[in-house]
Amino acid sequence: MNANDIRAMIQPAQVHRDVYISDAVYQLEMRHLFTNAWIFVGHDSQTPNKGDYITTQVGDQPVIMVRHTDGEVKVLYNRCPHKGTKIAIDRAGNTGKFFRCPYHAWSFKTDGCLLAIPLKKGYEGTGLSESQNGKGMQAVGAVHNYRGFVFARLAEDGIGFDEFFGGSLSSIDNMVDRAPEGRVEISGPPLRYMHKCNWKMLVENQTDTCHPMVAHESSAGTAVKIYEQMGNPEPRPPAMQIIAPFMSPYEFFEDMGIRTWPNGHGHTGVNMSIHSKYDAIPGYFEAMVEAYGEKRAKAILDENRHNTVYFPNIMIKAPLTQLRNFIPLGADRTLVESYVYRLVGAPEQLTAMSAMYNRMINAPTSIVGHDDLEMYERAQEGLHAEGMQWVDIRRLHTGPEDFETEAVENGTTERQMRNQFHAWAKFMTMSMEGAAGVAAE
Amino acid sequence: MSEGNAAMITRDDVIDFIYAETRMLDEGRYTEWLDLWMPDAVYWMPLDYKQADPVNATSFLYEDNFMLRLRVERLNGERTFSQKPKSRCNHVIQRPFVDVFDPEAGKFQTVTNMHYVETRLDEQQLLALTVTHDLALVDGAFRIAGKKVELLNCDAAFGNIQLLP
Ligand code: FES
Ligand SMILES: [Fe+2]
Repeated sequence: MNANDIRAMIQPAQVHRDVYISDAVYQLEMRHLFTNAWIFVGHDSQTPNKGDYITTQVGDQPVIMVRHTDGEVKVLYNRCPHKGTKIAIDRAGNTGKFFRCPYHAWSFKTDGCLLAIPLKKGYEGTGLSESQNGKGMQAVGAVHNYRGFVFARLAEDGIGFDEFFGGSLSSIDNMVDRAPEGRVEISGPPLRYMHKCNWKMLVENQTDTCHPMVAHESSAGTAVKIYEQMGNPEPRPPAMQIIAPFMSPYEFFEDMGIRTWPNGHGHTGVNMSIHSKYDAIPGYFEAMVEAYGEKRAKAILDENRHNTVYFPNIMIKAPLTQLRNFIPLGADRTLVESYVYRLVGAPEQLTAMSAMYNRMINAPTSIVGHDDLEMYERAQEGLHAEGMQWVDIRRLHTGPEDFETEAVENGTTERQMRNQFHAWAKFMTMSMEGAAGVAAE
Repeated sequence: MSEGNAAMITRDDVIDFIYAETRMLDEGRYTEWLDLWMPDAVYWMPLDYKQADPVNATSFLYEDNFMLRLRVERLNGERTFSQKPKSRCNHVIQRPFVDVFDPEAGKFQTVTNMHYVETRLDEQQLLALTVTHDLALVDGAFRIAGKKVELLNCDAAFGNIQLLP
């Protein structure tokens, strides 16, 4: 498969089903897309102290994110340079001043540099110290910590962080600005939800505003019905505030609006969203005014973006301080990790609201998640049908689209899905043989 | 059970209640099951091993009466796509430990280890559970005042868990 084959899978308003079901495409995604793009690794509050680390994946690559002795967060491949043993396998821990491989005790500083090898004289005159393996653990190509959110680019050279994300960083800004102290911290471990479907289905679903009232009628619609039978008592409990808006009519989602940015990023909820009507938490606005002044505090809290997709594979909900990481494990296997963060300096009830949303909507036990997963897995199986080769993403596609400039459109457009596939082709092919010229677009 | 006479209640009565509740879940007698719950009781399934705080960090479940009713009504809905076809479940339970037995105060607590099997189509999953029940006595009958279901492998990644472990 070469760059032209990849490009041929993406047409302006439809994509070939192989982008979801082909193992060969998945392998190319790992070697190209997930190597060229900036990928979310973790939040720096997961590693607050020197020597703290987490283990995770960037695409299919095992990595360690660690707080180095200089206070910076490093991202290293989780592979001993000797024989390949993973250096750490617990999801989080503290390694002190250095890593020590459990197999033959080679040790490494927390930036990966080789520290010591037992019985080192056995390597004299062998050329080890000149080899790549003799240098220590390999670091990824580049790391950027944006307001606590740590991203990595595996490739040594490539697009810069600011150019890659551009205006989309305004959603992370809004999330972090919602903390009176201007920072967020992890609150508990993530939900881990296994999906037998392609990772892109989950990413597309984040801006799919025509499915909630259909796929989630069984949960949100039933909730609205039961609450009606109870006489719609006020004030509505937080659970109802969370779930009822899923049943909003199509017009509501049209009016929400969708914004797209270059390189595949975009968000729903430009004008308002299903998160706009939550009851105020006592003391929160006051704390925000104290921190920012009334005008700025209002501006921050009036921005209620729904889902922001950071291409290729995370989404955040700024008003609920959540992040979901769609980790691709295979063409037909995706691990979803859903995190909740605490707004430092804000009342704890905000964290409780975010945690409630997380378990109600994103958990393997969620009555909302159940129907989403059902749809993805049915699609993963249905796409094997030979009778039809293309997947349709043409809602509100009426002519050529320019994805290199920011745009705001009707909230039910599938433009953001098209934007993602445009970026997909770009980052898939830029490092492929025979991609000359087009790669540099 | 010994109607209205706290003095006559035995540990076996408490244990029988746990078995009976589990059987209701396995047989899908959810309306009957909902009637067992005290109005302010909560069904908690922690996400973290030995999790202390149910609400300020994510749990799998932290369901009040309303959410339990919603969950149960949804199972039978016309458009509940993830339950077409329906799941089935089965609990194998160890004899409950009766850790609190106070008939005078109407307070009881049991801890029960269970193996929970849930199945749908070609999939079947097995979960090991430790279930803590808080029970109250209302008009001589046991009611659930709180239920905590801890998964042995809570930190593993799961597909859908659709019924009530
Ligand atoms: S494999 Fe790590 S020291 Fe040998
Ligand atoms: Fe959904």
